[in-house]
Amino acid sequence: MGQTWASRLIIFTTLLFLVGPFIIIIFAGLSAGSSLAFPPDGLSLKWYLAVFEVESFRQSFVLSMFLAVGGTLTALVIGVPAAYAICRYNIPGAETIKIIVAAPIIVPGIIVGLALLRYLVVPLEFTVTLALFLAHTALVLPYAVRVVSASLQNLRTDIEEAAVLLGCNRLQAFTKVILPNIRSGILAAFILGFVTSFNQVPVSLFLSGPGVRTLPIDMLAYMEITYDPSVAALSALLAFLSIGIVFIAEKTLGFSRYV
Amino acid sequence: MSNIAVSLQNLTLAYGDTIAVPSLNLDIIDGELIALLGPSGCGKTTTMRAIAGLMKPRSGTILIDGKDVTKTPANKRGVGLVFQSYALFPHLTGFENVAFGLRLKKRPNDEIVQRVEAGLELVGLSHLATRKPSELSGGQQQRLSLARSLVMEPKVLLLDEPLSNLDARLRLDMRTELQALQRQTGITMVFVTHDQSEALALADRIVLMKNGHIEQIGSPEALYDSPQTVFAADFVGFENIFSVGLNTQNEGTTIYNNTGELTLPYQANVSHLAWRPGGVVVGSGPHKGVVTGMAFAGDKREYVITTSAGKIKADVDVSVPAIQIGEDVFFDLPESSARMLDDKATQTQFKHG
Ligand SMILES: Nc1ncnc2c1ncn2[C@@H]1O[C@H](COP(=O)(O)OP(=O)(O)O)[C@@H](O)[C@H]1O
Ligand SMILES: [Mg+2]
Repeated sequence: MGQTWASRLIIFTTLLFLVGPFIIIIFAGLSAGSSLAFPPDGLSLKWYLAVFEVESFRQSFVLSMFLAVGGTLTALVIGVPAAYAICRYNIPGAETIKIIVAAPIIVPGIIVGLALLRYLVVPLEFTVTLALFLAHTALVLPYAVRVVSASLQNLRTDIEEAAVLLGCNRLQAFTKVILPNIRSGILAAFILGFVTSFNQVPVSLFLSGPGVRTLPIDMLAYMEITYDPSVAALSALLAFLSIGIVFIAEKTLGFSRYV
Repeated sequence: MSNIAVSLQNLTLAYGDTIAVPSLNLDIIDGELIALLGPSGCGKTTTMRAIAGLMKPRSGTILIDGKDVTKTPANKRGVGLVFQSYALFPHLTGFENVAFGLRLKKRPNDEIVQRVEAGLELVGLSHLATRKPSELSGGQQQRLSLARSLVMEPKVLLLDEPLSNLDARLRLDMRTELQALQRQTGITMVFVTHDQSEALALADRIVLMKNGHIEQIGSPEALYDSPQTVFAADFVGFENIFSVGLNTQNEGTTIYNNTGELTLPYQANVSHLAWRPGGVVVGSGPHKGVVTGMAFAGDKREYVITTSAGKIKADVDVSVPAIQIGEDVFFDLPESSARMLDDKATQTQFKHG
């Protein structure tokens, strides 16, 4: 009996640490007062509505969406063929390629951001938006390669040969037989990439310039000046967005198989 | 021109430095059901993949209907292949799996529907057309895979171990179905198997392979009754094989294997002698041994008799009273049931003594 109590306590504590901040944020955003506080200063929805009135939030949200969608799609365009090549052909040094591709996950974001700033933006005069786009693509690429590789590995190789013997050329065999069968893996990679990119802070921090900020960076900047509950409200809304996406993905794809 | 559907000429197939099939020559006759028979690893799959165009030969020529297709890509050869694992497309229904090749050819829709339905009908799967492969049993997947190749009306249909993934009962049913299907469609079929009874039951002709070369080609009857080599005899069930020694006295024949020797009271001017278990006479004869094993097999008892020339396998009809393990028996290796093999190449296989 004692053991069940102990394990329940551990589970409860863990959940509290995971979910607790989220609950605090939701309520802090529901405040009727004008400064960020918990417990909230009365209850109202005004800060949840006020978020949509802030011009810089609107702009940075558009940029973040563009980076998350565009960067992830680009990463998939590169990552799907790369995963295919790594899984299907005896490429010399396939293991090394996997490690290199995984580097942006392993190397701290601060270093990646600094490196990109130092070697792309400053000397090559890349625009901030382009640098951000490249950075986000590179950050999402490892996830794309890994998740797509996982679903390719579950696919028999002989169906491609069967397709060829029924008349397909190599490209048709890929598009008609391989792609449809790794569709859910690709969708899973897209969602994972989207969420990763959208929530990305350290790299974006280095690459943000005047007037060009991703949403998380913009929120940081906003908080330095204005300490009102709108940031909490926005955080809660973004968290709901992420949870919603992952929930739908889990229901439709069995997302947890891939991550 | 001729009635040869596929001709392999000096075909050499290799994986890197390993030569899997050295210089194979084989003519496959139009409309026949031919079996490539041999133990695992002897190059059956490799040969089949080369015919299909999935593997480039190191050297040699492949003719299909008299045309050189050695350099023709796999998707233009008109060869069908039923994979050992069936290789069905998981995302498509049964109907769409079968329609796949016809859709690629951009056939009119009416024709596709009609041909696919006919194909499914042929293999008895019409009622399961809307199911995905994962919702079909092994035997049904097998037949779907067969239908998918058949609707393309291939010049040659290759089947890689088509029955090996089925359970025993289904395997026997599919044997009959496959044979009926071949007779009905008249398509030249080449099927691979390591199971001699399957090859004997199904094929018009059997190609027995060993280490990438052809050991013997012939009808099932010819292979079963007259194997030409030690390997072939062993493969079709002559389980007692001996080398023939030099005759010192002109009176008989000394036979031996790596355990010991026996002297037979008749002459044999060949390199090897072989008997099926059923050809050994138990209960009388000039030789003596001890029964060291007995297995009941329904209509017969399978004995192991330990003799001065090692273990001999002998089958005896159940109507004869059982001999207990440990009993001494007399036995005979009669000339009438001996298979005489003149196989000089295998002579060194047994070391005397
Ligand atoms: N992909 C491969 N790479 C290297 N060697 C192979 C490969 N496939 C088969 N082999 C070798 O070629 C020989 C023939 O193989 P295979 O044609 O598959 O035999 P079978 O189908 O008769 O069992 C074997 O010795 C096998 O080890
Ligand atoms: Mg094989």
